[in-house]
Amino acid sequence: MADGRAQVRRRAGLRLWLAGGWLALLVLVAIFAPLLAPKDPLEQDLFAGRLPPFWLTGGALLGTDSLGRDVLSRIIYGSRIALTVAIVSGVITCLIGAGLGLLAGFWRGWVDVLVSRFIDIWMAFPPVLFSILLIAVIGPGLFSIIIAIVVIDWTRFARVVRAEAMAQGAMDYVASARVAGRGRMGTMLREILPNVLPIIVVLLTLEMGIAVIVEAILSFVNLSISTDDPTWGGMISEGRASIHQAWWVLVFPLVTLFLTVLSFSQLGEGLKDRFDPVLR
Amino acid sequence: MTYLSVQNLSVRIKGGGPLLRSVSLDVAAGHVHGLVGESGAGKSMIGRAILGILPKAVEVVSGAILLDGVDLLALPPAQRRVRVGASCALIPQDPLTALNPSRRIGRQMTDRLVDILGWTRGDAEARALALLAEVQITDPARVLRQYPHELSGGMRQRILIASAFAAEPKLIVADEPTTALDVTVQKQILKLIAGMQVRHGTALLFVTHDLGVVSKVCQSLSVLYAGKVVETAEVRAFFAAPQHPYSAALLAATPKYTDPDAGLHPVPDAVIAAVRAEVGHD
Amino acid sequence: MALLRTILLRLVTTAVTLLGVAVIVFVVIRVVPGNPIAMMLPPGATGEDIARLTALYGLDKSILQQFLIWGAGVLQGDFGTSITARQPVLAMVLARLPATLELSTFALLMAVLAGGAAALTGTRLRETKVEGGIDIAGGMALSVPDFLWGLVLILLFGVLVPVFHISGRVTPSLDLPFITNFYLFESLVRLRLDLTLDLVSHMFLPALSLAIPLAAIIAQLLKQSLKETMHLDYVTLARTQGYSEASVIWREALPNAVLPTLTLVGVQFTFLIGGTVIIERVFSYEGLGNMAIDAVINRDLPLIQGIVILFAVLFTGVNLVVDLMYATLNPRLRHG
Ligand SMILES: Nc1ncnc2c1ncn2[C@@H]1O[C@H](COP(=O)(O)OP(=O)(O)O)[C@@H](O)[C@H]1O
Ligand SMILES: [Mg+2]
Repeated sequence: MADGRAQVRRRAGLRLWLAGGWLALLVLVAIFAPLLAPKDPLEQDLFAGRLPPFWLTGGALLGTDSLGRDVLSRIIYGSRIALTVAIVSGVITCLIGAGLGLLAGFWRGWVDVLVSRFIDIWMAFPPVLFSILLIAVIGPGLFSIIIAIVVIDWTRFARVVRAEAMAQGAMDYVASARVAGRGRMGTMLREILPNVLPIIVVLLTLEMGIAVIVEAILSFVNLSISTDDPTWGGMISEGRASIHQAWWVLVFPLVTLFLTVLSFSQLGEGLKDRFDPVLR
Repeated sequence: MTYLSVQNLSVRIKGGGPLLRSVSLDVAAGHVHGLVGESGAGKSMIGRAILGILPKAVEVVSGAILLDGVDLLALPPAQRRVRVGASCALIPQDPLTALNPSRRIGRQMTDRLVDILGWTRGDAEARALALLAEVQITDPARVLRQYPHELSGGMRQRILIASAFAAEPKLIVADEPTTALDVTVQKQILKLIAGMQVRHGTALLFVTHDLGVVSKVCQSLSVLYAGKVVETAEVRAFFAAPQHPYSAALLAATPKYTDPDAGLHPVPDAVIAAVRAEVGHD
Repeated sequence: MALLRTILLRLVTTAVTLLGVAVIVFVVIRVVPGNPIAMMLPPGATGEDIARLTALYGLDKSILQQFLIWGAGVLQGDFGTSITARQPVLAMVLARLPATLELSTFALLMAVLAGGAAALTGTRLRETKVEGGIDIAGGMALSVPDFLWGLVLILLFGVLVPVFHISGRVTPSLDLPFITNFYLFESLVRLRLDLTLDLVSHMFLPALSLAIPLAAIIAQLLKQSLKETMHLDYVTLARTQGYSEASVIWREALPNAVLPTLTLVGVQFTFLIGGTVIIERVFSYEGLGNMAIDAVINRDLPLIQGIVILFAVLFTGVNLVVDLMYATLNPRLRHG
C-alpha cells in the first residue's frame, strides 16, 4: 500500500518536472525569440517556397511554407502569442470566475441565484461556436481572443469554486471565525479563500492550456490576428491545406502545440494530485 | 458420512500475517455443524475459502478442502466453480446488500438455474414459486416481479434462503444469517432455516457468534479463536463440559447456558421441535 | 406521479434556458460594430442601397422590436432568411443537421464501445499491468482536446498510412440515390453497402477524434463504478453460483454501474456535439458546424442565430433525454 503511493508520487513528480520543464523552455524561447530565431518570421521568399526540413535534400532548418517563410522562426515567434494569450486570459478569467464563484458560494442569496442561472445558460452554448461568434462580433485580434476566452470560460472557475466555497462555508472553522468577530468579507478572504486557493491554482493551469488551444483554433479558422502574424494555429491551418505537398508545415507546429497543451494539462493534473490530501 | 472436510487449512493476507492457522473441520452429510467465534476470528474466511470467494488480498497457504472426497483446492478454477455452483450455496449475512438492486427477484432466483444448471425457464419459475411458498411468502407470483427495494429485510432473507435451496445443494454455508435482522424477525428466520434443512436433508455449516443459536440448531460445532480451531465437539457434550478454557469462557458469557442442564434439548430433537412449533404457531 | 412532475419541471427549466440563449445570441450579434449589409454589397453601393437592404432585413428597428419579430417568426417555424445564401435559414440548417447528427452519433457509438470495452477489460484484469496501461492511455487521451487528436489522426491515417479519407462527407464523383440527408442511415436501409463503406471511411477519422476524449471518460467512470460494485455481496453471491468472473461483471456489476455513468456521459455528449464545430472544419465535413464557421466569417446574422439556437436545442435536448432515461432506468425512481 505504502509502496503503491510512493510510486504514484514518484510518477506524479516526474510528470510535473517534464511538463514544467517544457513550459519553462517555452517561456525562455518566447522572451529571447529575436535572438533565437534564425530568420525573420515574416520574411517571404517565393523562390524558396516549401523547402523541406534540413535532413532532406535541398532542405533548410525545419523547412519553409508556401510563401518561403521559415517554419522554425515562425514557431519560435508563435510561442510569444500563445503564451501571452495563455497567461493574460488565464489570469483574467481566473479573477472574474473565481471571484464570482466565491461570492455565489459563500454569500449565497440572490448573487448565487444569478450566477447559477448564468452558468446554466452558458452550458447550453457550444464553446467553440460561442468563441467564434464573439470574435466575429468584436473583430479579430489578440485582444478579442482574450476577451472571448474570458467571456466563455469564467464558468469553469465559477462552477468549481462555488461548490468548494459552499462546502468550506459549512465547516466549523468558518463558524468559529464568525463567532470570534470576523466580518463576512474578512471571513471570505481570510478563511475561505486560502482553502480554495489550491483548486484555483489547478484550474488556472488547466485554463492556460485551454487558452492556448482556443487561440490555435481561432487562428485555424482565420479569426485570430492577421494571417501574416506567426501563430501556431495559422501555421497548422496552412499545413492542413498543403498536407500532401509539404507535411512539415503541419507537423512541426502541431507537435509544438501538442506538447504545450499536454504540458499544461499534465502540470494541472500533477498539481491536483499534489494538493490532494489522500495522496499526501 | 463426511460430506465436507476442511483439512489443515491455512490462509493469510498476501505478504502479511496469517488469518487461518491449520483449520480442520468436518461436516457430515445432512448434518448441521456450528462454527462459533468472536467477530474477526475468521469464521467468514473459512466459508469464503470453501466457496472459492476469498478476497483478492488473501491467499491459501496450505491445506485441503475435500468436497465429497474431491480436493477443491487442487481443481482448476473453472472446474472448481462449476462443482461448487452445483453442490453448494451461501446464505449471506446481510440481505439488504445480497440482492442485485437493478434486477427483479424472479430473474435473480431463476437465472442461475437456467444459465448454469441448464433448466428450462418454465421449470425454474415453477421451482421459484414453490420455494417462495415454502419460505412462507404470501403471493409469490407478485414477489417474483418485484425489485429488492420494494421488500423488507426479513422478506429478502427469506428469498435468499429459498434461493439457496433452489438447486437442492448438498451443502449450505449460512454466514450469520440473522445478525443483520430485527430481533423479532431473527427467531422466525432461524426456525425457517432449521426447518428447511431438515426437510431437504442438506448439510449446513452454520456460522454464528451466538452459542445460544448453536444449541438450538446444530448437532456439532467448532470453536474458532484468532484463526484457530480450539475445540470441536458434539453439541450435547460441549454444553455439558467444554474442554478448552476459551470455550468455557465463551459459554460462561452466554448467560442462559451457564447451567449445563437448563434449557438443553437433545439434537436433532430440538430441530424437529422447532419445526413443529413453527408449523403449529404460524 | 413523481416521474411526471420531474419531467414537467425539466421541460420548464429547459425552456427558460433556451429563451436565455436566444436573448443572449440576439443581443450579442446586434452589438456588432460593423454593418453586415455594407459588407455584403459590392464596393460601389450607395448609402441608399444600404439603407434599403437594412430595412429589408429589419435591421433598422430597435433590438427589442427585432427580437419580437424574430421570436414571432420562430414560433411559426420561420427563422428568417440567410443574408449570403438568400435562402430560408430553417431549410439550410435542417439540410445540414443530418450530417452532424450522423457524425456525432457515430462518434458516440465509438466512444461507448471503446470506453465500455476498456472499462470491462480493466475491471476483469484489475490490479494488473493491463489496468495500469488503460489508466495511462485514458489520462493521455484526456490531456489533449479533439481538435489536436483530429490533426494527429490526419497525419497518421490520412498521410502516413492513407487508409481513410481526410476531407468531405462522401466521394463527390459518386452517384447518390438518397432522398434524405441521412446518407449513412439511408445507405444502410437501401443496402447500398458500397456507399456505406465510402461514407464510413470519410466519417471514421473525425468521429474518432471526437470519440477519443469521451471514450477515456467513459472508461474511467465506468471502471470505477464497476470496481466499486465488485465488492458487493450480490456479486459475491453470483460467484458462488458458478458464474465466471467475466459473466459476473457483465450480469451483476454492469447494470448497476451503468446508471451513475449515464448522467455524466450525457453531459459529455453535449461537449462532443460542440466539438463537431471545429472537427467538421478540420475534416472539411459538410455539416452544421462547418456552415456555422462560414456564417460567422460572412457575418450572416440570421444564419448564425439559427445555427446557435439549433445547437442549444440539441444540447438541452440531450440533457433532457439523459435525465428522463435516468428516471426510467432507475427502478427506485420508477416505483418510488
Ligand atoms: N478483504 C480482506 N483483506 C484482508 N483481510 C481481511 C479481509 N476481510 C477480512 N479480513 C481479516 O480477516 C480476519 C477474519 O475476518 P472474518 O473471517 O470476516 O471474521 P469473522 O467472520 O469471524 O467476523 C479479520 O481479522 C479481518 O480483519
Ligand atoms: Mg463474518
